[in-house]
Amino acid sequence: MMHLAVALDGAGWHPAAWRSPDARPAELLTASYWTDLVAIAQSGLLDFVTIDDSLTIQSASPRRLDDRTDQVRGRLDAVLIAARVAPTSRHIGLMPTALTTHTEPFHVSKAIATLDFVSTGRAGVQVRAGGSAAEAALFGRRPSLDREAPDFDPAAGQQQTIDRFDEAADYVEVLRRLWDSWQDDAIIRDQTSGRFIDRKRLHYIDFEGRWFSVRGPSITPRPPQGQPIVSALAHVTPAYRLAARQADVVFVTPRTEDDIAAILCEIQHETGQLARPEPPLVFADVLVFLDPDGPAAQSRKARLDELDGRELMSDSRIFAGTPAQLADELVHLIESGYDGIRLRPGALPHDLHAISSLLVPELQRRGVFREQYTAGTLRGQLGLERPANRYQTA
Amino acid sequence: MSETTKQVHLAAHFPGVNNTTVWSDPASGSNIEFSSFAHFARTAERAKFDFLFLAEGLRLREQNDQIYDLDVVGRPDTFTVLAALAAVTDRLGLAGTINSTFNEPYEVARQFASLDHLSAGRAAWNVVTSWDAFTGENFRRAGYLAQDDRYSRAETFLRTAFELFDSWRGDEIVADRQSGTFLSDPTAGGFHHDDAHFQISGRFNVPRSPQGRPVIFQAGDSEDGREFAASSADAIFSRYSQYDEGRAFYSDIKGRLHRYGRSPEQLLILPAATFVLGDSEVDAHEKADWIRHQQVSGQTAIKFAEQLWNRDLSGYDPDGPLPDIDPDLGENTIARGRASVRMYRDPLAISKQWRELASTKNLSLREVVIEVTGRQAFVGTPDSVASTINRYVQDDVSDGFILVPHLVPGGLDDFADQVVPILQERGVFRTEYEGSTLREHLGLGKLDAHTPSAMVAS
Repeated sequence: MMHLAVALDGAGWHPAAWRSPDARPAELLTASYWTDLVAIAQSGLLDFVTIDDSLTIQSASPRRLDDRTDQVRGRLDAVLIAARVAPTSRHIGLMPTALTTHTEPFHVSKAIATLDFVSTGRAGVQVRAGGSAAEAALFGRRPSLDREAPDFDPAAGQQQTIDRFDEAADYVEVLRRLWDSWQDDAIIRDQTSGRFIDRKRLHYIDFEGRWFSVRGPSITPRPPQGQPIVSALAHVTPAYRLAARQADVVFVTPRTEDDIAAILCEIQHETGQLARPEPPLVFADVLVFLDPDGPAAQSRKARLDELDGRELMSDSRIFAGTPAQLADELVHLIESGYDGIRLRPGALPHDLHAISSLLVPELQRRGVFREQYTAGTLRGQLGLERPANRYQTA
Repeated sequence: MSETTKQVHLAAHFPGVNNTTVWSDPASGSNIEFSSFAHFARTAERAKFDFLFLAEGLRLREQNDQIYDLDVVGRPDTFTVLAALAAVTDRLGLAGTINSTFNEPYEVARQFASLDHLSAGRAAWNVVTSWDAFTGENFRRAGYLAQDDRYSRAETFLRTAFELFDSWRGDEIVADRQSGTFLSDPTAGGFHHDDAHFQISGRFNVPRSPQGRPVIFQAGDSEDGREFAASSADAIFSRYSQYDEGRAFYSDIKGRLHRYGRSPEQLLILPAATFVLGDSEVDAHEKADWIRHQQVSGQTAIKFAEQLWNRDLSGYDPDGPLPDIDPDLGENTIARGRASVRMYRDPLAISKQWRELASTKNLSLREVVIEVTGRQAFVGTPDSVASTINRYVQDDVSDGFILVPHLVPGGLDDFADQVVPILQERGVFRTEYEGSTLREHLGLGKLDAHTPSAMVAS
């Protein structure tokens, strides 16, 4: 069985998607826009949605702020969007992005634990290491190298990249330790002794690393899943290494037949360096324009390209075609060893509707996708056990 | 006295990690599960309260170098719960304490602006400063701040956040498909701030929210804190719920406003207040007495006394006399992560008062603690409690109260069902929400979307 997720961001992954006839560009900052999207995704029985985020304002250039006025600018905090949609949904996993470079792991740990409480076991988090100079300027605490400066030193840039991913690995370590810092049975409400908790079942995490030290325990009890799902997007070796060390799910971007095998090989290599029993679940990202009629999807994409003034570029494979054609590609990925697919809808809500109402039935006809939700938690959905607490001694 | 009848403002505090909550009561539910928060919020909204409030504590309390285990321990993340509560309520304001020490203005501003969008204009921020190295052990920015720097940092933090909120006017998103103009202003969100605490620049990535910015609460009580509130806050979460002290605080604060070009209605004074309802006055007082005894067990009384004496008193009998030794003076090290110990500014004098009380009334250690700590503000029948609350508001003790029940999730139910209808009948409390934003509930004017917050200029 394949796992299927969607990545939600703004009006969709095409920069001109907001100009589609059925787009809702004036509502991107409203709760109802997001509750509607998540409801559509849930109607397709998808495993989870990711909700993208960034600390800097969107830009057509990866490293600089731009002054374009013809693309979506402005967004909401992804963790709070996920929290807002949690009570309005029942089955689908909710995985907001959290940025690891300038934020506090203690805050993010309790936020994701709380998301797990408010969604009764459907929380995850996609961690993302930052690093741009523009992002650093928003905080003013730690400078980042300006990669477009005339005196930029590539070797230093490479080291910074490695450091930021190492920091992200430390960050996830702190998230995980804090989630375990309360044993499941820590709250005892013992009338006889007058004790609310058994303090022996709470644990200092005493993490000390290069970038931060965190004492613990968390202020929030262990969440319903024990450990919410941690994911990361990876294109480069330090990111594959981070995923191998710390992620339950890794999103990757195979674009060619060669990539399909090479990426799996690299993840296996990184995982093999570790004592980890199970490798992370590998999800291939595909950016999709989906219509019952293939030429319609292609011309829709072409029209958006024209509006944006250039052809869409992406780190992931870009697909424009019919549900049957897409299903063929996805089945091929699964047969090649991928655990799941994360689709990036080119335009919202159009392509999300198509995923839930056209692609999913096609996959079900082929017997490769679920007919109903059966698990109560996101971990369960992904076939992952509720993990033992690292601090609990038998 | 006021010439016109003032409207009462009411809010609900989901009780946190202190001995207010009687967790041993069979009706005491989870303080973590979302269902508890949802029930509590829906009750508050059913009663047409102005807002719900969550406090903050970023490290589990310790006493005698151990995690304190007698009270409720643990709480969820404030922003996350408030955003989820926006899904199960429509009008209720959503207020949270977020400190300015273990956060940065950019991230707090984007979280509050996001919450304000996702709740369609119901967010409020109680700005506090922490300064203890104990809490700092959980953070990158383990910032210890000298007393003098605290308000300076809090004030600067707030002013910086205001600059971020005001970096969007509110009319920039045009989203015109035909012309392809999403944004009318290519520099929307631009900011540049440079002072001793924060040197930040760029573009804020959350466009202007429905209220312009969250409603601002302040809770400090020092001279600096009062002045800070008078200059910059929309409401004060005060500790003065008693008649005389409340009136004094109220007139002091309202008297400071003119210096900042503000009128008295622009800053609400809302003390926290506990309550106990009964079928008769006698019944209510018996219940109140029972609750106090539940809140202050023998063990809890010893812990309270240790906080004053600043030493281990585990050998003492709570039903016996107060310790005959004097408190350990100097830095209070017995209890950590607890604001109240700082209130014991003169432990020797306070211990003397406690002893006098004990001898006058012939009280045990536990009974003294019950007497001196946190008596309920309103005890009586629904009718008498409604009358007292209204009288206090009309007499300028406050503009209303933030009610703190001793139980979750049902601790507000009786108040909502029995007291609120009486206040409504008397025409001093709304029967329907008139506006949709928290600013409107509080009677605060709409912020002009096209000019920066006036009060920030200084």
